[in-house]
Amino acid sequence: MSDPSEFWKEAMRNGMGQTAFLRALGGELLKFDKGIGRLRLPYSEKLIGNPETGVVHGGVITAMLDQACGMAIGSALDSPMGMATLDLRIDYMKPATPREDILIESECLKITREIAFARARAYHTAIDDPIAIATGTFMLMRFAMPEAR
Amino acid sequence: MALLNAAGKSDPNTILRTVPYCAWLGLSARVDGDALILDMPFDPKLIGNPILPALHGGVVGSLLETAAIVQTIWETGSAKLPKPIDITIDYLRSGKATESHARAWLARQGRRVVSARAEMWQEDAAKPVASFRGHFLLR
Repeated sequence: MSDPSEFWKEAMRNGMGQTAFLRALGGELLKFDKGIGRLRLPYSEKLIGNPETGVVHGGVITAMLDQACGMAIGSALDSPMGMATLDLRIDYMKPATPREDILIESECLKITREIAFARARAYHTAIDDPIAIATGTFMLMRFAMPEAR
Repeated sequence: MALLNAAGKSDPNTILRTVPYCAWLGLSARVDGDALILDMPFDPKLIGNPILPALHGGVVGSLLETAAIVQTIWETGSAKLPKPIDITIDYLRSGKATESHARAWLARQGRRVVSARAEMWQEDAAKPVASFRGHFLLR
């Protein structure tokens, strides 16, 4: 494992891209490869934004879309880099259906020296019937590689 | 869920306690002059970047969107929770592992849609962590 890009990809596959907040929400990584990310968020009570209807809070969707965009970019990078969201735009197309899992699919659109662009969709069963779509811009931050072993 | 009391006024803290996601984030509201301010205590579960460490972008978005929703109910006396249509978040600084605050205002209030703005900060209100704008459906 001396090739930095292999080290990075392996680390990302093993869940390095996971965050404390993703785990706290109950989100799961499904796929994470070559600029494509797929995540699942099982429904739970704590995610509810409207107690009358049981619909999850918009902030939950925001968090999943942000995470998915970041992960798509992470999986497209050849070397490890830090990442910070610069701008996130979300269109809420329809309320999420209570008690149903939410799936998120994300795609890295472009990586430049400093900046990366991604988009993501949240949906239940059909990606062409989205709950929300996101467009995100991220700043990339180089950091030192861990010692190759 | 009753958003308004018998006098037709909303109590932001009742809303924040009644909405499970807001309660889970530990959000509370206070009135400062004529502004409504939301407070979010720090918790390790809110971290999105363990190296810095920094709050998750989705946590920042959640606080800002909630500030806009609570402000909308506070100003319009809406008896229903406003539904987000679209939002944009500008991340200006990383959110540190400390308490956060947010306030919102309405740029335009129509009969069906409001255009809201919000800002989040931590120790120094003059150094915002993020700014937000979004449209919400009132019914």
